[in-house]
Amino acid sequence: MPQHTFRVNGEQVTVDVDGDVRLLWVLRDILGITGPKYGCGINVCKACTSHINGKAVNPCAIPVADLQPTDEVTTIEGLPATVGKELHPMQQAWLDRDVAQCGYCQPGQIMAAVALVRRAKAEGRGITDADLDGLRNICRCGTYSRIREAIKAGAENM
Amino acid sequence: MMMGSNGGGPDEGIGRRRFLGYVVAAPTLVVATELNLTPTSDVGLPSPELTELLDLNDMMTAAALPTSGLISVEVNQDGTVSFALPRAEVGQGITTSTAMLIAEEMAVPLERVRVTLADARPELVFNQLTGGSNTTIATYVPIRVAAAIARNRLLATAATELGSAVTDLTLKAGVITNRSGRSVDIGALAEKAASTRTQQVSVELTSRENFTVIGRPHNRIDALDAVTGRKKFAMDLDVPDAKPTMVCRPPTINGKVGSVANLAEVRAMPGVTDVVTISTGVAVRARTFGQCIDAVRALRVSWKSGTAEGTSDETVLRKLEAAELPLGLKPLTPTVEGKFTFYFRSNSALEPNCAIADVRAGRAEIWSALKSPLTAKQTIAAKLGLPVGSVTVHVTEGGGSFGRKLFFDAALEAAEVSQKIGKPVKLMWHRADDSRQGRTHPMATSRVRAAYLGNTVLSYKQRHTSVSTDLGHGLGEIITAMAARLPVGDIGFSQTFFHLSQAMSYNFGASSQLLNETDKSFNTGSMRNVYSPDVTCARELIVDQLAAKMGKDPYRFRHDFLRDDRSRAVLAKVAEVGAWGRSMQAGTAQGIAFHAEYKAVSAVLVEIDCRPETVNRPIRDGVAGPRVTKMVIAVDVGLAVNPRGLEAQMMGCAMDGIALALTSSLHLRDGYFLEASWDNYFYTRQWNTPPELRIIVMPSTSEEPGGAGELGVAASLAAVACAYGRATGTMPTSFPINHGTLSFTPKPTVPPIPPSPTDGLNHAR
Repeated sequence: MPQHTFRVNGEQVTVDVDGDVRLLWVLRDILGITGPKYGCGINVCKACTSHINGKAVNPCAIPVADLQPTDEVTTIEGLPATVGKELHPMQQAWLDRDVAQCGYCQPGQIMAAVALVRRAKAEGRGITDADLDGLRNICRCGTYSRIREAIKAGAENM
Repeated sequence: MMMGSNGGGPDEGIGRRRFLGYVVAAPTLVVATELNLTPTSDVGLPSPELTELLDLNDMMTAAALPTSGLISVEVNQDGTVSFALPRAEVGQGITTSTAMLIAEEMAVPLERVRVTLADARPELVFNQLTGGSNTTIATYVPIRVAAAIARNRLLATAATELGSAVTDLTLKAGVITNRSGRSVDIGALAEKAASTRTQQVSVELTSRENFTVIGRPHNRIDALDAVTGRKKFAMDLDVPDAKPTMVCRPPTINGKVGSVANLAEVRAMPGVTDVVTISTGVAVRARTFGQCIDAVRALRVSWKSGTAEGTSDETVLRKLEAAELPLGLKPLTPTVEGKFTFYFRSNSALEPNCAIADVRAGRAEIWSALKSPLTAKQTIAAKLGLPVGSVTVHVTEGGGSFGRKLFFDAALEAAEVSQKIGKPVKLMWHRADDSRQGRTHPMATSRVRAAYLGNTVLSYKQRHTSVSTDLGHGLGEIITAMAARLPVGDIGFSQTFFHLSQAMSYNFGASSQLLNETDKSFNTGSMRNVYSPDVTCARELIVDQLAAKMGKDPYRFRHDFLRDDRSRAVLAKVAEVGAWGRSMQAGTAQGIAFHAEYKAVSAVLVEIDCRPETVNRPIRDGVAGPRVTKMVIAVDVGLAVNPRGLEAQMMGCAMDGIALALTSSLHLRDGYFLEASWDNYFYTRQWNTPPELRIIVMPSTSEEPGGAGELGVAASLAAVACAYGRATGTMPTSFPINHGTLSFTPKPTVPPIPPSPTDGLNHAR
């Protein structure tokens, strides 16, 4: 069986699996990394949002063969380490506002939020309402307003 | 208005109420009490306003009275306190509010309280159902009683340890201290306070003026797990050899497998371990879910007809029309009339239907987020041909419910697959399955006629006609069991449910609200707030019409006709905070609505923007539509145990109401629902979210908590509908308002699930 090597949350991993298996299932079913959630499998709901080399992606839509050995996959579990703390500022902002309800979409929401703030900062600007309107992550509990508040607050500490 | 069940306890009149419980024989301190300690309402004589006598929550509480299942609080040697809640946490925050009740009565920090979800416990009989926003109402007293018994026992033990009188001790933050400053942690007392025999004791509860935890805002106890990805849902559990499993499903609703042309070929696909025909389709078990998806798509199945062949929105609408109960002769006085249509809606949570099952010879073990675990256990045992006692059902934390998890469709399927192949399975529905073959909120119509003369409303009649709502998940059992005791007599349980949940809050003279249900072809179920959103939406739109006919302002009219101060107070609050009546631009408007249920009252004020430039703003693969720009919600739930959690629930209710009014529905054509994706079914997204949202929890008017999980949906939907009507100058009569426009290209039904995309890296951003 073909082998695929890449980095996950700071560690080099190698998995034996067919190359067309999507990264979400490699993470969840083979590596046991369950922070990224399944919500649709077709890159729509964004519950599995994670980062590759710092940018937001949806692992449900990435064949594992597309990854290079140097590619760094960051899931919610590895987010705090990217800032060398126990919690990323965005996670702290989430806690401060008690954003989560059932919590199922929250890893994806936070990962999308962090990437959004990085993008805005790279463009030398703050987070706008249009940015927030543009987030596609579904929250079926409807905690959208607290998500918006948390992103604005989290951005200030990033 | 509804009355709470705050009737007298056993010793009322001779001081504060005392409650009985037990210190249970155990190695460390375990205290227990009956889950049903709350006094019940007396069922009085029949009345035109049934909800005044008994509402749904009273019935759910009263139904469990004959049972004697105990709930227990355990003090551990590390100073933590454990409690297994016999309810399902699906996001509504009941593990947190439960921990708060225990922290209050035991004077331990919230962080030391460990609330888990109890396995299915048949001895609780009717009392392990999560629904009807009943959890806090039903458990508020019993949980506190157990915790209070533990507190007393710990104090008594500490008195011996410290050589002090109990009256000289204080218990604070989990530490007991005497007057000379000597102290002992409750953990150190856990063993010494234990009892070698079970004994009955009585206890008084902390009085309300001394509360330090209950009624104050607290963050969720599972928030850290949620934001770090550590929170475990069913599919995250590591059950040995429980491999991913999915089902290839029929192209039409409830179709059955005829034959499979390529079983051997699919069994040989990469990662696939098993392929087997089951009652709902063809199940595939594989190393990864990705390989399940590929195998499901590869299966060539010939299908037999389903239960809804050839049906469409139009055929169902005709059936509803035929089943509509008559409004009777039109009175001679002026009337306002309206007929409203509410299309099918999906109650899918973000976590799809899923369950783990490990069925072996003579026993079975199930893991799933279940709101009716007892019914699940009984049904699964029957399906497997096992004694009920040989089936263990674990309740996992759920990724949302909205009514969906009242059913256990995935658990039943997982058990069937596991039994057939003799291996553990981790079974999950694809999103497309969840949308097309999952449960729906039934399509319904509501016809309303109100007669008036001068400034008086003489009568109000509402005839609600709905595709049958499946209540066969245990709530039905309760209602059936209780129906004979009700003043309405021997009517079906959906009727009873309807009558118990629909209060007539206005002084509208002779009022009658009747339900008729028809057509059991569909997989239906209660969706958050059940009948109330549709019934209330229709009523509130007619209220606006009545106000217009009488030349009154919609807010003033409601205020004049509401029956009590508590109702008027929430209405007045949203009007004040939301600046009701302020001047607005053409194409934008305010709307206001009221709803009472679950021993609570709610009012919502909405501002909406229906101008073309807003409605037609571009959204990729989504629906823009009118934007709700402001929403103000006021609720009085009696005693709000956790105001922060209550606000969260109302926020979710607001988003549900917006979706129900404007964007979210299922389209039925040719015996199947067209929606198969979150980009087909338009639940509220960030671009539909009101930029301004205010939620006001009113000062408590009661000693007892009301229900909150579903409370805000009805008034939110109604307020958005009323605002839309005022902004456009036309009363909307069909919901959601965009149902007539299909805003997506339907996905194929064969194969039943879409392919997994491969271009994810191209969208990195």
